[in-house]
Amino acid sequence: MSKQTEILIAGFGGQGVLFAGQVLAYAALDSGKEVTWIPSYGPEMRGGTANCTVVISDEEIGSPVVRNPKAVIVLNLPSLDKYEPVVAPGGVLVANASLINRAPQRQDLVNVLIPANEIAEEIGDRRLLNMVALGALLAMLPVLPVEAIKEALAAHLPERHRRLLPVNYQALDRGAQFALSQARLPVV
Amino acid sequence: MPRELLKGNTAMAEAAVRAGLEAYFGYPITPQTELLEYMSKRMPELGRAFLQAESEVAAINMVYGAACTGARVMSSSSSPGVSLMMEGLSYIAGTEVPVVLIDVVRGGPGLGNIAPSQGDYNQIVHGGGHGDYHPIVLAPSTVQEAIDLTVLAFDLAEKYRAIAIVMADGNIGQMMEPAELPPMRPLRTEYPDWSTRGAEGRERRILSSIYIDPKEEEVMNYRLMQRWRTIEANELRFKEYFLEDAEYAVVGFGTAGRVALSAVRAARAEGLKVGLLRPITLSPFPYARLDELAEQVKAMLVVEMNAGQMLGDVQRATKERISLNFYGRMGGITPFPDEIHAEIHRMVEQPLPPGSDPRAAWLDSFASVLHVDGR
Repeated sequence: MSKQTEILIAGFGGQGVLFAGQVLAYAALDSGKEVTWIPSYGPEMRGGTANCTVVISDEEIGSPVVRNPKAVIVLNLPSLDKYEPVVAPGGVLVANASLINRAPQRQDLVNVLIPANEIAEEIGDRRLLNMVALGALLAMLPVLPVEAIKEALAAHLPERHRRLLPVNYQALDRGAQFALSQARLPVV
Repeated sequence: MPRELLKGNTAMAEAAVRAGLEAYFGYPITPQTELLEYMSKRMPELGRAFLQAESEVAAINMVYGAACTGARVMSSSSSPGVSLMMEGLSYIAGTEVPVVLIDVVRGGPGLGNIAPSQGDYNQIVHGGGHGDYHPIVLAPSTVQEAIDLTVLAFDLAEKYRAIAIVMADGNIGQMMEPAELPPMRPLRTEYPDWSTRGAEGRERRILSSIYIDPKEEEVMNYRLMQRWRTIEANELRFKEYFLEDAEYAVVGFGTAGRVALSAVRAARAEGLKVGLLRPITLSPFPYARLDELAEQVKAMLVVEMNAGQMLGDVQRATKERISLNFYGRMGGITPFPDEIHAEIHRMVEQPLPPGSDPRAAWLDSFASVLHVDGR
């Protein structure tokens, strides 16, 4: 079987959950991979929960959703409660410590508890928290390099947002640096 | 055209535009709304007609009227909205004008929810509207297929003066995948010889679904049925995976079909000789291919996101010769691959006896699915 990686990103509306997944999907496309991005959200316009699943593969992708994704980013506590149990054994869990007041329980995962809001605010815009978390994930998950995300942002960000490219790069790098120094590796 | 990351709903909309769509009529409903929203901007930009009607009933009747001019026209909706369109669809079938409809199916019955479902199989494939008519029904399982089948729908509708329906589900509408759009076709400049566009200087033409004399109505029905036989003979489409040496087969369409592909690959990796048949045309249905397969495999598993609506068609093709098994999720739940993988094992290890009722067996074990699923 060919290698397939599934990434689920969850949080509440407004945290950039769906966008982070789309950037990842663009990076996969630009790297010549097969990819699917699929959202799941309630009927409300804002304030509800949101998540998306990105599947990256070398061959035609079957299911765009899986029960046990290889990697999960949770940006708030309800998402940690819901998705921590489903991460595939040995997978990666990135949790936003800024909004989560407990440590993840799973010992068999790569755990990154990252204060994504604070890091984003230090860079100058709290909306960058999704890129901080994505940088942290990719430092721990060998699916695509952080550089591929930067190239995807540069290639696909609409003209009116292009001035934000440098801070997005910074957010990705800060997230990756944090993960490389602070990640808790699985206890085998 | 390069591959782009495209969302199913907007990709189908742009595909229709490039296929030469001249007028769109619709009414918003999730999970289809992006399609209508895209049209509201794109069609006027090109100087073509976009109209948001006051209801689905109005929209399908506007489509009916516009189709009589020979123009390429369409509507799109989701399950409850399509239910409302059934009377209009029957009139369109009875008038023999080409129409394209996209149904992005959601959970039901009733108002249901906005989650992906395949619960419209019966109302789309087996009628819904009154009288003897068959729409051509195309079921995409990827964004690329959604694009290609939307274009095909226009060509087939026109070729056979029939209704062509792209039956997607909420997953196909909402997901993004790399896909390639077709080149823009020029709009037509000539119209068919049955179209009603003003009769000045020629004999008048009448388009109607009224045949007051039953003898004439029967002739018309006969014509529709003969045309359907031609469609059955020429327009069957399906895709096969790992069936060459298969001893077991899974049958599923749309999203259920692609989820089944993941399960079939996992089972193959364990050495199980299992393959997948994914019908692309649900109507006409691949009865003959399933008939052949029933001679090849020991057992089949039908997987759907409904309570077994296509199952009846598979039963009709396999005629109680082999073990037929069923697994469905209802109400807007998409199965995970591991569920279908487990059902493949069940089919191999404890196949139902040929001739038994697969739906009853599935329902008997379904309480445990509800109990352990955790969603």
